[in-house]
Amino acid sequence: MVDSKQQWKAWLYLAPAIVLLLVFTVWPIINTVAMAFLEGYSGLTKTGGDVTFKLGVGNFTHVVAHPDFQQALLNTCLLCVITVPVSTILALLIAVALNAIKPLRKALQTVFFLPYVTNSIAIGMVFAAMFNVIGSVGTRRQIISSYGIVNDVIMALGGDWINWINSGSEYWANMLVMVVYIVWNALPFKILVLLGGLQSVNKQYYDAAKVDSTPRWRVLTRITVPLLSPMIAYVIITGFIGGFKEYTSIVGIFGEKMGPVHDPGRLNTMVGMIYDSLERDNQGGASAAALILFGIILIVTMINLYVSKKRVHY
Amino acid sequence: MKIVLENLTKIFPSRNKKSPDEVIAVNNFNFEIPDGKLIGLLGPSGCGKSTTLYMISGLQKPTGGKIYFGDDDVTEVSTEKRGIGLVFQNYALYPHLTVRQNILFPLQNLRGADKMTKDDMLKRAYEVAKLVQIEELMDRKPSELSGGQQQRVAIARALVKMPRVLLLDEPLSNLDARLRLQTREEIRRIQKETKITTVFVTHDQEEAMSISDLIVVMKLGVLQQIGAPQDVYDEPANLFVAKFLGTPPINVFDGAVKGGKLYIGEDAVMDVKNVPDMPVTVGIRPEGFVLDENGPFKCRLSNVEVMGRDVSIVSTHPASLNPIIRSIINADNKVDAAKAEVRYTLKPHKVFLFDKETENRIRF
Repeated sequence: MVDSKQQWKAWLYLAPAIVLLLVFTVWPIINTVAMAFLEGYSGLTKTGGDVTFKLGVGNFTHVVAHPDFQQALLNTCLLCVITVPVSTILALLIAVALNAIKPLRKALQTVFFLPYVTNSIAIGMVFAAMFNVIGSVGTRRQIISSYGIVNDVIMALGGDWINWINSGSEYWANMLVMVVYIVWNALPFKILVLLGGLQSVNKQYYDAAKVDSTPRWRVLTRITVPLLSPMIAYVIITGFIGGFKEYTSIVGIFGEKMGPVHDPGRLNTMVGMIYDSLERDNQGGASAAALILFGIILIVTMINLYVSKKRVHY
Repeated sequence: MKIVLENLTKIFPSRNKKSPDEVIAVNNFNFEIPDGKLIGLLGPSGCGKSTTLYMISGLQKPTGGKIYFGDDDVTEVSTEKRGIGLVFQNYALYPHLTVRQNILFPLQNLRGADKMTKDDMLKRAYEVAKLVQIEELMDRKPSELSGGQQQRVAIARALVKMPRVLLLDEPLSNLDARLRLQTREEIRRIQKETKITTVFVTHDQEEAMSISDLIVVMKLGVLQQIGAPQDVYDEPANLFVAKFLGTPPINVFDGAVKGGKLYIGEDAVMDVKNVPDMPVTVGIRPEGFVLDENGPFKCRLSNVEVMGRDVSIVSTHPASLNPIIRSIINADNKVDAAKAEVRYTLKPHKVFLFDKETENRIRF
């Protein structure tokens, strides 16, 4: 225990962090909860304006009933459910492959880590360029100067070009682009964590497996994956949390319209919707949506933790 | 399955490219391990015994030489196809699997003609578990077992697929002294029952002597001597083997042979026939001393340790190469600890002469 006379010193040293946390984290959280339950709150007047302020769940019912919210919730959930498993499995395979090779391992590790240190908006713009079709895509006449590198590859393989993100594109095509982008963007962190885990696995388990003539696939599924299960659980949980907060990736590819030109808002996410509400000076709705998002993340994480308790060894 | 090692050599290349100091871990080994025997590879740390074991297992590739299992040359055969069982020093049990799953694991890997039904696998697993006496522990995880139990599970896992050869790397080093005694008897019993050719590595000479049919003594990658434990103890080939085997260790003296007599210091202590006059190193086992008031070998008495059945006499001598001389005498002999001097005659078959230069044994 610290001498009570010395305690003020301890508080002094902690003060910079505590003050910042109180001002920029704790106070906004309290405010968010307050705003969410105040009906007709306006950020400009700090009053209900003409409407009298009253406590209630009006913000929540309003948000939940809104079609934008339902679209955003669907988009967010779809992205999470698809990208988290795909990126985790890919990251696992890449990590195992990286761990198995000796030459060029360091160089490849750097290559795979590059997306992590690159600005996601910049990556989004590059991806947008790869999928962008430049020119007019009318029903009568098509004047196209570039189909984008992805379509070039598809056409070189004998396929037909696809309108990925431009006006008139379909929802599944938009979604596929987002999935590819998000998975690619999510890989480096997961590879890093899993590779770290792999390198700390006692090599003797693999020698023992070799002595027992274990086939490679079985080594992966029966030894590597169980021994890595704590790290796998970690990347899945953080992956879901990150997935529910997806926003910049959509902006990176579709811009602030959050969708192709002919249907803005089609790919909006929960976080995107919160920003939209704020822009419309609907702090109450934004706060309510934020609390709903918090609730969803909390529930999903609890399910994740419950499942991992049963599946994670040690 | 007999194992033949032919000119087996392992060289670890130097890590530093500028100074090519390669390490010769195993140097030109030749020996034959007879079928169905328990063999102890024995030597101080760094003598290449584990490297030899891992080359037999195939986990390490020899730099030169050949390995035969029976008449098959397995030098180029990968570990997976050698049909060996290996017990690792810290067991390497899969921590996420139960004891049953650990033992079943090698069986589930069998493919083609060897593939077994689930019932057969379970039956075999229980047979082996019974052999090593862990039937009640089948549902536990390795972390819930004691060191000795983990050791048995590791042996069961190695035995379950009926290996041609069983290899054990320092199998007892993680056990406490009491468990070690018990487990080494177990290993002996299991080997006797299964009759699988077994090679184990140890640095503990007592452990190797107590259970092996043959011991192989190694030093710095070079084979020193192979033989039945008692033979190696009674007839060491050189000073290193004589010093390495036996507790308490052998007493070593500077000596010389002059005119058919062995001199230690000023005293002619024993007759030696057929040895030319030369300086020698003399090794005397602690049990090679006989108390004799008129004996020729005079030592300065330090103290007497009573051990019940035996008495251990600690003395010093100017020609001794060890700080003390320890002799073991039957407790029926009364020793007066107050005396300044103790005198012995020597049992000739417990006295060994070694060349001062080569350290090889000189027979007399």
